[in-house]
Amino acid sequence: MDTRANNVKKALPVLMVGALLALYPVVSGSFGIDLATKIMVYAIYALSLELLVGSTGLVCFGHAAFFGLGGYATVLLAPQSDAASLWWLLPAAMGTAALYALFMGALSLRTKGVYFIMVTLAFAQMAYYVVHDTPLGGGTDGIYLNSGKPVAALGSWVLIDLDRPLTLYYFVLGSLAATFFFLAVLLRSTFGRALAGIKANEQRMRATGFSTYPYKLAAFVVSGALAGLAGFLFAVKDAYVNPELLSWHQSGSVLIMIILGGLGHLRGAVLGAFAFALLQELFRSEAIFGAFAKHWHLGLGLTIIVCVAVLPRGLIGLSKLFKRRLAGTPKEAAHAKP
Amino acid sequence: MTTITKSFLSISLAAAALLAAPLAHAQAQGKLKVGLMLPYTGTYAALGTAIENGFRLYVAEQGGKLAGREIEFVKVDDESDPSKATDNVNKLIKRDSVDVMVGSVHSGVAVAMARAAKESNTLLIVPNGGADAITGAMCAPNIFRSSFSNWQSAYAAGGVVSSQGKKKAITITWKYAAGEEMANAFKEGFEKSGGQVVKQMTLPFPGVEFQALLTDIAAAKPDAVFAFFAGAGAVKFVKDYAAAGLSKGIPLYGPGFLTDGTLEAQGEAAQGMFTTLHYGDALNTPRDKAFRLAYAKAYKLQPDVYAVQGYDAGQILAVGLKAVKGDVTKKAEFAAAVEKATIDSPRGPFTLSKAHNPVQNIYLRKVEGNENKVVGVAAKSLSDPARGCRMQ
Amino acid sequence: MDLATFLIQCLNSLQYGLLLFLVASGLSLIFGIMGVINLAHGSFYMIGAYMAYALAAPVAATFGGGFFATLAVGTVLAVVFGYVLEWAFFSFLYEREHLQQVLMTYGLILVFEELRSIIVGDDVYGVAVPPVLAGSFALGEVMTYPVYRLFISAVCLALALGMYLVFTRTRLGMMIRAGSTNREMVQSLGVDIKFLYRVVFAAGVALAVLAGMVASPVSSVYPGMGNQVLIICFVVVVIGGIGSIRGALLAALLIGVVDTFGKVVFPQAAGVLVYVLMALILLWKPDGLFKAG
Repeated sequence: MDTRANNVKKALPVLMVGALLALYPVVSGSFGIDLATKIMVYAIYALSLELLVGSTGLVCFGHAAFFGLGGYATVLLAPQSDAASLWWLLPAAMGTAALYALFMGALSLRTKGVYFIMVTLAFAQMAYYVVHDTPLGGGTDGIYLNSGKPVAALGSWVLIDLDRPLTLYYFVLGSLAATFFFLAVLLRSTFGRALAGIKANEQRMRATGFSTYPYKLAAFVVSGALAGLAGFLFAVKDAYVNPELLSWHQSGSVLIMIILGGLGHLRGAVLGAFAFALLQELFRSEAIFGAFAKHWHLGLGLTIIVCVAVLPRGLIGLSKLFKRRLAGTPKEAAHAKP
Repeated sequence: MTTITKSFLSISLAAAALLAAPLAHAQAQGKLKVGLMLPYTGTYAALGTAIENGFRLYVAEQGGKLAGREIEFVKVDDESDPSKATDNVNKLIKRDSVDVMVGSVHSGVAVAMARAAKESNTLLIVPNGGADAITGAMCAPNIFRSSFSNWQSAYAAGGVVSSQGKKKAITITWKYAAGEEMANAFKEGFEKSGGQVVKQMTLPFPGVEFQALLTDIAAAKPDAVFAFFAGAGAVKFVKDYAAAGLSKGIPLYGPGFLTDGTLEAQGEAAQGMFTTLHYGDALNTPRDKAFRLAYAKAYKLQPDVYAVQGYDAGQILAVGLKAVKGDVTKKAEFAAAVEKATIDSPRGPFTLSKAHNPVQNIYLRKVEGNENKVVGVAAKSLSDPARGCRMQ
Repeated sequence: MDLATFLIQCLNSLQYGLLLFLVASGLSLIFGIMGVINLAHGSFYMIGAYMAYALAAPVAATFGGGFFATLAVGTVLAVVFGYVLEWAFFSFLYEREHLQQVLMTYGLILVFEELRSIIVGDDVYGVAVPPVLAGSFALGEVMTYPVYRLFISAVCLALALGMYLVFTRTRLGMMIRAGSTNREMVQSLGVDIKFLYRVVFAAGVALAVLAGMVASPVSSVYPGMGNQVLIICFVVVVIGGIGSIRGALLAALLIGVVDTFGKVVFPQAAGVLVYVLMALILLWKPDGLFKAG
């Protein structure tokens, strides 16, 4: 199968999902819009980690730091009284996260393997404690965004007012589409190929004289900036940030999302975010579990274990699993009708 | 199966899941939807259960109906996590379209609920979260509290400690809003009666390694220590304090949370401690005795202050509902009725201030055995000053 | 800070550090010998504390013993539990990538916490200090130091010594050390590596459970207690060097000092300091302080 048909095959479901999401507010109530907005923000967050873990092979256990710092930058930099301007607040939030990613990456990339995982965790914890314990953050109570949600204005003409839920929804959807498209292009570029090479066999890359460090660092910074974008959107949506946004549980959740969806695929990250959020709603639902719903952590924990054990390729790999079962051996599949 | 069909199928499945998630509950005619947002998991889970038990007990005593409307419960687990609070409260308001919200335990979560309640003009009764702001700067006609404000018990404690002859005190608590409010209120009450708070110590929430700070307290040699911790932190602090030998020379005081629900775990270490709270054991009024009996019969557990707060939340709701004949859209009449009412609570009768916080007696309790025995009244009909409230 | 207070704070650091070491040593063993990242290690600590609470009454009824009998029974149960858990769950994790191990053990944490909630409930419990250790001695004019805390430190030191002896003086220790460096070689020498791993895992679990039991009179028994200890344990293991017991001891004591003095001198920065320490050490020695062994 030639590459173009393959690309179309991959692009089609993505475009269909995009269309469905664009039409969703028509059929759903205000809660549905809220839920979908939240899930899309998490999808952006998952995509940003996918760049680091899935495409470059750098298992970062501290990604929540960028997410949380993006959110905190949004609330701390917003002016006290009037609504902030989207034009500078959004880049500022992404910039803050990217800056910390630069700092974290520069230092962490000196370590390898499991030590790398732990060092990224350590840096995330540092950011957590700075926000939790020092006067910089609001402490464990978090900070509310009191001045109203940002607007994008040209002079006195308001283009985008994020205070309105529907506008926020489409803004987030647009950001998700932009992030997805940006990463898709990035991964197909020379830069992306370099990252793939680093993931496959870094030593070999270096043996050919290729300097891998700047590429890894760049991946860190881009990934951090995108997580900062997700953090900005999250802070705007809730008008509130809290140190728990930087906790290692948050870092763990996003890792679960991309593994659940399928490592190495951008679609997997988005799918994983949706699946994880909906799973949580499922297990908390009293309609299905009755009084046992209060123990929803149990269902979630078991699902995570089973998913990682049985679906190492994630949900994206499900279709391939079925194909193999239904179509038999590869030889038979080749002869079978498409 | 073609690519298009496969994609379409998988996506429709996902879409169905997304549409199903915000399950629209059919509005049964006449039923009043009460949304309980309480911690059902995590450190405060026991408190959440106690509050729900208390609330349900009251509704059951009224035959399952308040003002002629049957009560339907919807529950959301808030996990005592303020970062998820806005999401969770939106579930109650937007997905389940509740008429009344009851919650929460954690002050941070309660504040998020209050904000959402203000925005959507939904009735909210707070059965615990003591953040001063809820009936202070954030007060609103549709927000009520059946519990306490952090200021009340700590201010009363200040008076008590001073009346017991102590001149120099140190406060110690976690570094968060509730801790700061308690420590400052104690300082206010203590210094008003002539005492002096020489040091205000804090440690990050929810740390429980106190040894270093206890050593510091011993070095400073105050006359008394006022501490606010809750749950496991309270157990550990009281035990560590006694184990460090401080309780002999420097008596430990605190709001009732330091010794409520924790006495069995604290054992010897807590004996003889004085605490202040709007409820206690051995109150010995007929009302309280009846409540305790009914609660023990229904749940095979002894009630605590949280159960009482849940019970009284039900009472407040009943009072308001009766006045508006079950029509929750009449917020002004609801509030007016509650402001005029006297709630016949197991803790003793109380009224609600203009800011909708209980005006109540703060009892002085002493730990004897496994009980926080009420030995006196630390402050009579104490009303929170509701600083910043524009409703007064 | 005067000399007396300084010395007391040193004592506090030592006790905190030693307890951390006890919990972290099990993690380091499992991590170092079998290469498995086990996020559920904090849950074993929690299980230990809950066992101390829940077993007190049955042990008193059956054997008539008190706290020490409970400790003994609990340790035996922990070894059995660890053995079964390794056979049923962890043995499947060896071949997997670290990321999958992280996630599966993260799921395990959730499962353990909820099982605890279902079986024992959500209340806070206390465990009584055994009467023979319930005294305290004076330290300066106002403060006394509980004898029990000294007992905890003594237990930790004794176990540290015991581990050192087992590793360096016994055949089992030799096989463990060999197995951590070259699994296939050890297998071809006729050693049953699966059995070896099972034993090491059970030992690691037992260490964490014992730490939980021993600490329970001081720390109380409450939901979520495993989470607080888990992250710090990882820091200890990573600073000390994965698989190195010596390193875990040194790292734990270091953290004990930084945390204790940090709380009094820089209360706001106390939390950050431990992680800054970890980052600094890893940047200086990317593989931790000591090598495995």
